[in-house]
Amino acid sequence: MNVNEASWWRGDKGGMWLIAVIAVAIVLVPILNLAVAEDSVFHISTYTVSLLGKYLCYALLALAVDLIWGYAGILSLGHGAFFALGGYAIGMYMMRQIGDRGVYGNPELPDFMVFLNWSELPWYWYGFDSFSFALLMVLVAPAILAFVFGWLAFRSRVTGVYFSIISQALTYALLLAFFRNDMGFGGNNGLTDFKEIIGYSLQLESTKNALFVCSGLALIGGYILCRYVVSSKLGRVLVAIRDAESRTRFVGYRVEHYKLFVFVLSAMLAGVAGALYVPQVGIINPGEFSPINSIEIIIWVAVGGRGYLFGAVIGAILVNYGKTYFTGAFPEIWLFFLGGLFVVSTLFLPKGVVGLVKSRFSGDRGTEGGVNDGNDGAGLPNVSALPNVSAPPKEESS
Amino acid sequence: MKTGLHIPSNILYMDSVTVSFDGFKALNALSLAVAPGELRAIIGPNGAGKTTMMDVITGKLRPDSGSVFFRDTVDLTQYDEAEVANLGIGRKFQKPTVIESLTVEQNLDLAMAGNRGVFSTLFSKQSAKQYERITEIVSLVGLIEKRSDLAGSLSHGQKQWLEIGMLIIQEPELLLVDEPAAGMTDYETELTAQLLKDISGERSVVVVEHDMEFIKALDCHVTVLHEGHQLAEGSLAHVQQDERVIEVYLGR
Amino acid sequence: MTSSLRTLIAPLLSFFILSCAFPATVFAQDAPFDDLAGKLTTRSFSEKARLIDSLAATKDARTLGLFQSLLAGQLYYIKETGAIVAVDKTDDQFLATDILSAEMMGAVAKRSVKKIGVNNKLRKQLRSLIASYSLSNPDVDIRLEAAKALVKNPQKDFLPVLEAALVKETDKGVRTAMVIARSAILLGSEDAEQRLTAVEGLREANDKQVMTLLEQLVLENEDGSVGEPDERVRLAAQEVLAKLHTSARFYKVAEDLFFGISLGSVLLLAAIGLAITFGVMGVINMAHGEMIMLGAYTTYVVQLMMPNHIGMSLVVAVPAAFLVSGLFGVIIERSVIRFLYGRPLETLLATFGISLILQQLVRSVFSPLNRPVITPEWMSGSWEINGMLSLTYNRLYIIFFALAVLFVLIQLLKRTFFGLQMRAVTQNRAMASSMGIRTGWVDAMTFGLGSGVAGIAGVALSQLTNVGPNLGQAYIIDSFMVVVFGGVGNLLGTLVGAMSLGIVNKFAEPMLGAVLAKILILVFVILFIQRRPRGLFALKGRFVED
Repeated sequence: MNVNEASWWRGDKGGMWLIAVIAVAIVLVPILNLAVAEDSVFHISTYTVSLLGKYLCYALLALAVDLIWGYAGILSLGHGAFFALGGYAIGMYMMRQIGDRGVYGNPELPDFMVFLNWSELPWYWYGFDSFSFALLMVLVAPAILAFVFGWLAFRSRVTGVYFSIISQALTYALLLAFFRNDMGFGGNNGLTDFKEIIGYSLQLESTKNALFVCSGLALIGGYILCRYVVSSKLGRVLVAIRDAESRTRFVGYRVEHYKLFVFVLSAMLAGVAGALYVPQVGIINPGEFSPINSIEIIIWVAVGGRGYLFGAVIGAILVNYGKTYFTGAFPEIWLFFLGGLFVVSTLFLPKGVVGLVKSRFSGDRGTEGGVNDGNDGAGLPNVSALPNVSAPPKEESS
Repeated sequence: MKTGLHIPSNILYMDSVTVSFDGFKALNALSLAVAPGELRAIIGPNGAGKTTMMDVITGKLRPDSGSVFFRDTVDLTQYDEAEVANLGIGRKFQKPTVIESLTVEQNLDLAMAGNRGVFSTLFSKQSAKQYERITEIVSLVGLIEKRSDLAGSLSHGQKQWLEIGMLIIQEPELLLVDEPAAGMTDYETELTAQLLKDISGERSVVVVEHDMEFIKALDCHVTVLHEGHQLAEGSLAHVQQDERVIEVYLGR
Repeated sequence: MTSSLRTLIAPLLSFFILSCAFPATVFAQDAPFDDLAGKLTTRSFSEKARLIDSLAATKDARTLGLFQSLLAGQLYYIKETGAIVAVDKTDDQFLATDILSAEMMGAVAKRSVKKIGVNNKLRKQLRSLIASYSLSNPDVDIRLEAAKALVKNPQKDFLPVLEAALVKETDKGVRTAMVIARSAILLGSEDAEQRLTAVEGLREANDKQVMTLLEQLVLENEDGSVGEPDERVRLAAQEVLAKLHTSARFYKVAEDLFFGISLGSVLLLAAIGLAITFGVMGVINMAHGEMIMLGAYTTYVVQLMMPNHIGMSLVVAVPAAFLVSGLFGVIIERSVIRFLYGRPLETLLATFGISLILQQLVRSVFSPLNRPVITPEWMSGSWEINGMLSLTYNRLYIIFFALAVLFVLIQLLKRTFFGLQMRAVTQNRAMASSMGIRTGWVDAMTFGLGSGVAGIAGVALSQLTNVGPNLGQAYIIDSFMVVVFGGVGNLLGTLVGAMSLGIVNKFAEPMLGAVLAKILILVFVILFIQRRPRGLFALKGRFVED
């Protein structure tokens, strides 16, 4: 076990730094928010704490996407769906926590159900008054969807852009479905007006800080988990699938099993990210299923550096910081900027910011994460170099 | 993977296999038998059905009719690529396909015989014995100094060899090798032929090739394919005498 | 409902203003008519109702014009003189016409006139009266409309008028409608025998209105009483109703089919450009929806530039939209996509970025609100086949338009030199290049063609849906579904794909509701791609590899 533990972080300086920075942040930020006087320059506002918490959730989501896109070559344009499902699971729990404090004061039914004249709780809401059940659902609901969808898709070898398009259709279908009132998830308005989580009021600064810390811990945990996966032999099988799927099959690996495993794992991580995100923003609505949300995740990963786990984290935080800044300062420009980012990052930054920095400063050979930017044998084969055959092989084989 | 004492009479047995694409018959009632330990060369002009034949054997394509048996009893048409590989059939592609962003060692590690399950690979660790085995193979294919290099940085010929190495370490009973000499220098070609001859005997090897020099160097039974069926079979000298073969190759 | 009302009123209005109001001057001033009309200024609706009936009884030729104006809410009286006038409201003034003398009075001050109000009861009365008058109109269409209007409001007072009209009627279609109307009126007869004959007479009446009437007969009230006391009549009504229900179901299927084909042709138009860029070139263009959007905005701009020729605007917009979207396509291909050939996932992301930029561009230029695109007159209205089935012209035209675009495109690919070059480049780039084909130019032109066709789709869509920055997004997923479902690289497959998805969608809608039907279609296509990852009409063979 020791040897294994040693192997996952070996050569991952960037990841180590990242974990260190997040660890410092989850200690420092609450202190600066709660303990430092408000007029001090070092004070961090509660708004900023929640904003940072949101970024951390996005980072975890980006990590989930990088795990499948960067390492297994699966470009899912529907990962927002898993994020949203996780969010809805925790949202349903928080709706149940409202109890009779809703506008209609019904102790059993959430407001929107009373409004729709529903007489009793639908069966799929059972159990959500328990926090542990909701947490279980945060993992299970995305996992089931990912399993069924992935099983269908991978088994019939739907790959590449075909997979991307049907995954987009999946989240689009869910978007339409969750918009419906009779689905029992609050329709258009979604779930909101949350009061508290496991007994702590969401309005309290301490709760907000706690959620921020949880997000940081989840990100660190998620990072270590992903890192473990990609540096295991399974991670190398994934890379093999990404670079030469058919070859991997002929070596004897059940490609669909590997893809399914990593897809479900990724969906669960996305679900956790969504579950941490919703209490911090206070609402979950069908908009989270919209295809553009899912595709934005892709650009975080692309900007940060596909195939570098910490690149995904950096990308998510960079792009979202940019989004916060631009939508505040120049709302008109944000979409131009975002659109431009897609074009520029695919044309000029195939390995993202991390790839750029690495190739500039360390002459990095592109360890297992590094993506070959394009078709096999893109570079000219080195014909002039004769194979380095020191001895005729036949002598050694006998 | 090896199932006991029973020695099959044929390692591979194909009986009137037909595959058609939109009316065009890529394989037309093709029959073929390969004995255990045999080295067999398959030649034929473009479009003769060589690659389609490989696809059928390895489970990539389902034949429209006919049967394909491995070790006399295993019906290969019932399995997909991964299952066929795990039954003990290895395949090398025409274009060298190694995993370019993994090192030579990692490529061989992936190909090494062993449990292919998802969770066993998640928790697997390389044993000293496996390390030794990889050392053996990298020496065999002359890549010992490149062991920790990325496969993508290898030359064309070295990639071919790495792929052959991957095939060997997979320990299949039957190897299907598609144009191994393509793009190789004469010296490399010669070495490759020797290597294939060496590894046959313990296992069966089926080589698809265009290069007559290479076939000659293999010095084995030759099957000539034409328009999806077998035109002639025998020693190279024998098939070169065959009038139909001459007609197909030299034009009508 | 409202549209059929409008189609009834619009031609009547224009006709009566021309033909009734003016000839009225020819007749000598008829004292009872003028007197009665003058009394319409009363506030009492029941008084007005009596007056209207009396006016009708005068059989004065001006009655119709008066009724029309009254129904349309255009009848006013001048406060000072009490003269009854028809007022034509233009942007900022009231143009009055004396209803009795048909004299044009020109603009009048708004304060000087007062509207003669009508309530729903009066409207109903007026409508029936107008209908009965219209039954003797020389125009076949108007007589037909009048007969249909009677079915909606079958009052036995009209029976004599109708009988008289029926005797003179020569047109077969109008006769049928009149017979139905007579039966409808006779349903209200006191005599059970007459009612029975009437019910039998409605056997061939394919009309929803007739069904409503018959349903009233068989209806069981809460207190156990029935709409029709006589059992024979009731049984006959039940039987006829059952028969009508059968034909209603048939026409419902026909209508669903029409809507399905119509939706299918919209999908076809939206997807056809994609079938070229994605299907033929293999380029995943996520900005395809925005090419459609640009076409729709081009239509809007063309209409702004020729406000006096709205009828022609669409004819101009089609080539204009082709050029605008095509040009954008060429620019996108040359500046971005050509660097990404062979890297489909990157192409997908880059073109998605472009789609965001284009959306924001129209938002900045045209505002984020929907832009109004006018439907020319020749495209509005509908073709009424019978009382149970009517097809709107805009959808009919779009079906033909979509098929025409497909046909032209297939011919272009098959028969022209450019099509040949295009196929050569897509099948073997290196070979085509070595034969002297400028592959880069062909790429740009092919992509431009696909984008231009998307622009043309935008012109058509501007007639059916809101023109706004998000127009394209609504169609992109559907378009991909169609192309993938139909089989990549096959234009006829796209046709079949679009039509089947459209028809299935429309048939599923009544059962499941629009949203659920859409979800079901998406799920269906997802499952379908599982079974046949290369679509309905996929090419087979070993060359079809990723």
